[in-house]
Amino acid sequence: MTHEFAIVWAHRDRLFAGLANTVGLVVLSSAIALLLGAVLASALMSQSRAVQRPTQWLVDGMRCVPFLLLAYIVYYGLPELGIRFDNWTAGLCALAIYNAAYIGEILRGGWASLPSGYIDAAHATGFHGATLYRRIILPPVILAVGPVLGNQMIQIIKDSAFLMIIAVPELTHAASSIQSTYYVPFAAFIAAVALYWALCRVVELSVAWLERRAQPRR
Amino acid sequence: MTSHSEASIFAGAPVAADPPVLEVRNLCKRFADHQVLTDVSLRVTKGKTVCILGPSGSGKSTLLRCLNWLEKPDDGFVFLSGERIGYRPGGRVPMSPAELAAVRARIGMVFQHFNLWPHLTVLGNIIEAPIHVKHLPRAEVIADAERLLAKVGLSDKRDAYPARLSGGQRQRVAIARALAMRPELMLFDEATSALDPELVGEVLTVMEELAQEGMTMVVVTHEMGFARDAADEVVFLDHGRVIESAEPAQFFERPQSERAQQFLQRFGRQQSRPSGV
Repeated sequence: MTHEFAIVWAHRDRLFAGLANTVGLVVLSSAIALLLGAVLASALMSQSRAVQRPTQWLVDGMRCVPFLLLAYIVYYGLPELGIRFDNWTAGLCALAIYNAAYIGEILRGGWASLPSGYIDAAHATGFHGATLYRRIILPPVILAVGPVLGNQMIQIIKDSAFLMIIAVPELTHAASSIQSTYYVPFAAFIAAVALYWALCRVVELSVAWLERRAQPRR
Repeated sequence: MTSHSEASIFAGAPVAADPPVLEVRNLCKRFADHQVLTDVSLRVTKGKTVCILGPSGSGKSTLLRCLNWLEKPDDGFVFLSGERIGYRPGGRVPMSPAELAAVRARIGMVFQHFNLWPHLTVLGNIIEAPIHVKHLPRAEVIADAERLLAKVGLSDKRDAYPARLSGGQRQRVAIARALAMRPELMLFDEATSALDPELVGEVLTVMEELAQEGMTMVVVTHEMGFARDAADEVVFLDHGRVIESAEPAQFFERPQSERAQQFLQRFGRQQSRPSGV
């Protein structure tokens, strides 16, 4: 058994390369999903039914699609429509789109429970439209739903493992390739699990740190 | 109340060369089946303070919220310095959200529950709209905000977050926030009703100073002492109608309507303690 771990350790550069890809995918897709989610949330809260209804269908629909299938559709399906990405970009798009739906719903919930007085005061001082949303609504909403966004980021980390099936060279893919070359499945996958766990810890600690900073701003 | 030409109603705009800061004509508002305001008219000239009094549920707050279109009136006119609020000139086409926002930026409003933005510091609350709505230079806005903070006696709270302040301090920040936009008109919606009794005085003092300095104000309040001392005119509202409007001395000594008499008697009993102002 120690021998197996020694093999994995000898090829740690491959694991770390995979980890770097996973981190890059997670950070980028979280940022894009947050931006898209913010746009979706404003559509979900729109007064106009013509905007609100279709967005609600889209978001509810997206949340019912297994992520694996979405990744297949983006990588294998879209090229039939003439939209072609490399593996990495396809993986990034799938993660970002999928999680935008969740984050849109999270932000909508936070917005709906925001005391209406803040928005009244903003209207009364002359805010409207995108500036109102960006400056007055979004910041307290994000502070309020911070821990939930942290959970979603952990979900993104775990979902990113699915991307090995479209040959994105991320952490699970790296562990899998080490195990298949040297036949050390236990050690290789345990090493990957430990690295995922460490990533999630980083997210949890960041959320806790942000929570402490958010406390006086509520 | 000053009389003015009825003909101006049909002209669609006030006739006076120097229009009042606020003119309201025949304002009506319904919520579902409930008629909240019926044919409310009032006029506030520059530098005057008008107090709106009346029992709970008489429509005072709704009236105030209709003035800057936070609630859309069903009928009637609101003019700010002669310009109709809510509709473009001609009176048929509603204002776009941006146009409405530009009008609202000229009217300061202070709320019962302060409504300070919790994610911004005291200074941040005050400079937010001048920077992001009026697009004024940051340094100028900060200097102005510091002057306003000194005026409301909160210079030492500059970098505190609203959650750390007392109610009276929050309300004074809210007043400074509204003043930072250099409004033509200030609206106070029961600004002291949510405060502990010992904190009411500090807010009323700021409001009285403002009135003395010549700010044009519409004040919905239950503080009879403030209305008596600081108002130029008292408007008594009941069941969504203006029952009577008069100078405070006359209103409090010789109320004309029976309902105003009853209202003042009830308040007299409740407020037998000396006024905190």
